[in-house]
Amino acid sequence: MIEIKGLHKSYVTGNNKLHVLKGLDLVIEQGELVSVMGSSGSGKSTLLNVLGILDSYDVGSYKLNDTIMSNLTEKKAAYFRNNMIGFVFQSFNLISFKNAMENVALPLYYQGVGRKKRNKIALDYLDKMGIKDWAEHMPNELSGGQKQRVAIARAMISNPKVILADEPTGALDSATSLEVMDLFREINKSGITIIIVTHEKDISEKTNRIIHLTDGIIESDIILKN
Amino acid sequence: MFDSDKWHEIFSTIKKNRLRTFLTGFSVAWGIFMLIILLGSGRGLENGVKNQFKGSVNNGIWISAGRTTIPYQGYKPGRDIKFTNEDYNRVKNSIDGIDVISARSWININNTISYKNEYGNFTISPCHPDYAIIKNVKLEEGRFINDMDLHKYRKVVAISTIVRDALFKNGEKAKAVGKYIKISGVPFKVVGVFSDEGPENEQRRVYIPIYTAQRVFFGNNEINQISLTTGDKTIDEVDAMVEQIKKQFSSIHKFDVKDDRAISVWNKGQEYKRTMDLFAGIRLFVWIVGIGTIIAGIVGVSNIMIIVVKERTKEIGIRKAIGATPFSIVSTILAESILITSFAGYFGLMLGIGLLELISNALPPIDFFVNPEADLRVAISATILLVASGTFAGFFPAVKAAGIKPVEALRDE
Repeated sequence: MIEIKGLHKSYVTGNNKLHVLKGLDLVIEQGELVSVMGSSGSGKSTLLNVLGILDSYDVGSYKLNDTIMSNLTEKKAAYFRNNMIGFVFQSFNLISFKNAMENVALPLYYQGVGRKKRNKIALDYLDKMGIKDWAEHMPNELSGGQKQRVAIARAMISNPKVILADEPTGALDSATSLEVMDLFREINKSGITIIIVTHEKDISEKTNRIIHLTDGIIESDIILKN
Repeated sequence: MFDSDKWHEIFSTIKKNRLRTFLTGFSVAWGIFMLIILLGSGRGLENGVKNQFKGSVNNGIWISAGRTTIPYQGYKPGRDIKFTNEDYNRVKNSIDGIDVISARSWININNTISYKNEYGNFTISPCHPDYAIIKNVKLEEGRFINDMDLHKYRKVVAISTIVRDALFKNGEKAKAVGKYIKISGVPFKVVGVFSDEGPENEQRRVYIPIYTAQRVFFGNNEINQISLTTGDKTIDEVDAMVEQIKKQFSSIHKFDVKDDRAISVWNKGQEYKRTMDLFAGIRLFVWIVGIGTIIAGIVGVSNIMIIVVKERTKEIGIRKAIGATPFSIVSTILAESILITSFAGYFGLMLGIGLLELISNALPPIDFFVNPEADLRVAISATILLVASGTFAGFFPAVKAAGIKPVEALRDE
C-alpha cells in the first residue's frame, strides 16, 4: 500500500539547510491503523505531508498503491489527492464561506459529480458522523468536535485508500478526542488505511501500530495488540 | 469545464463574499460611470454649440450698420451709419468671390400676423431670395420668395412651420400655401412653408421680399444688414475679403476703418473655426481625464485582484489538498473576476447612460447643452479594457498561488 525507501527531505531557508527526514524506510499495508509520534521538529508532519503529496521529497522513493510518487504533474497529483487520499488537519481547514454539507461535498465537485448527487452523498456521510442536523451550518457555528467530524466526512467522501490525519485531536478536549479516535477506529474497520500524526500518548495507544520519529529517523516501530 | 455546476460554485462564492465582490465591482462601475458622464457632458456641450451654428451656413459674413465712435474727417462720433439698396448693389457687383448675397432690414412696426381669427407675434424678415441659402432653410412646401416677387413688389411670404402651425389650425394646416395672411394688417400670399435647423427663436419668423417691404412698410430704400457667403475660400482669402469690404464702406460712408462700431462685420467661418479648435482642445482634455479615470479603475481592480488571490491562498491550499487541479482553481478565480467586472461595467454603463438620459429629459432645454450622449463604442471598449486588466492582474498571482505546494498554501495564516 505505502512503501517508502531511503526518504530524505530538507528545507532550505536562506543560507540554512534544514535536514528534516534523514532516510526513512517504511511499509504500511492496506487496512492498517498507524500513529506517528515524535516531538515537534522530529519530522512527523513532514512525513505526513509527503505521504499526502502536499509536499515533495528530495531523495529516495515513495510508492502509493505501487505507483511511484515523484515528478508528478499537478494534474496527476490532484488526481491522487482526490481519489486515493483523504486529509484531516489539526485546524480543520474547512472553507469558511461554505456550509458543512458543501464542505464535505467539495472533493466530489472536483470529480465532476453533480451538485444534487454530491450533496446527498455528503448528507449520508454527515449522518454517519452523527451531525446530519448541522449540515446547513457554517463552520464558525460549529464546535471543534463538530468541525473535525465535518473534516473527516470530507476526507472519506471520495472513498480514499488512505486517510492522513495531522494532529486531528490537537485542537479538541480529551473527551472529544476520544470520540474522534473511536470514529477513526470505526472507519478503519471498513478497510481504509489510516495514518495519524500525534504527540499524545493516549491517542497513539488507540491505534494498532506506533511509529516513533526522532530527528528524522525512525526510532521504533511497535505493533500493538488492540 | 464551463458547466453549470462550475457557475453555481462561482455564484455561491460571489454571494458569500459580498464585500470583496462589492469592492471589485465598485471600482469598475465607478470608472465606467465617470467615463460616460465625462464623455456625455463633453458631447452635450459640443452638440449644443454646434447647434448654434446650424441655423446658417458656416462660410457666411454678416455686415450690419452701426454707429460711429471715432471722429473722422470732421464728423463727430455717434453718427448712425445707414445702408441702402445701393450698398447692397455695390457690394454684390464690386467684391470678388461672393457666392450668394442678401440684404435684410428690421421691421419695427406692429409685427402681428393673423389668419382669420388666429394671430400671433412673429419676426418679419424682409430679404433677398438668396437668404434661403445663407440661412440653410429647408422647404417643406411650395417655394421661397424669388426674383420675380422682388422686382414686381409682390406681397408674398414664406412662413416657418412654427408660424404655419400657429395660424393654420386642424384641416387648414395642409392648405396654407396659396392662402392670404395679414402682416401688420396688409394681406400677403403664402407661397411656401420652411423649416430651419437653428435655435427655435430663429424659426418664429416669416420672410418677405425686401423691396416689397420697403414700399409697403418703410417708404424708403434703407436696409440694415447685408449677408453673403464666400464659397470654399480659405480663411486668409475670406479675411482679405472682409478687409476689402470694410475699406469700401469706410470710404463711402466716411468713417474710420478702425472704428469697429460704425459697421460690424461678423465672419462666421472664423468664429466657427475658433470654436471647433476650442472643442478639439476640450475633446483632448476629456480624453486625458477619461484615460486617467480608466487607469485609476485598472489600478483599483488590479489591486483588489492581487489582494483577493492573496486572501484566498489558504482556501486554494485546502482545495488543492482535496484534489483541485491548478487549472480549475485559476479558471474559477478568473471566471469570478470576469463575471464581477463585466457585470459591474455593464451596471456603470447603464447608470451613466441613464443619468445622461435623465439630464437631457428632465432639465429644461439649454441652448448650449444638447443631447449629452456618450460614444457607446468607447464606453464598451473601456469596460472590456477594465475586465481584461482585472483578469490580467488576477492571472499571475492566481497561477502562482495555484502552483505552490499545498503545504505552503495551508501554512499561510
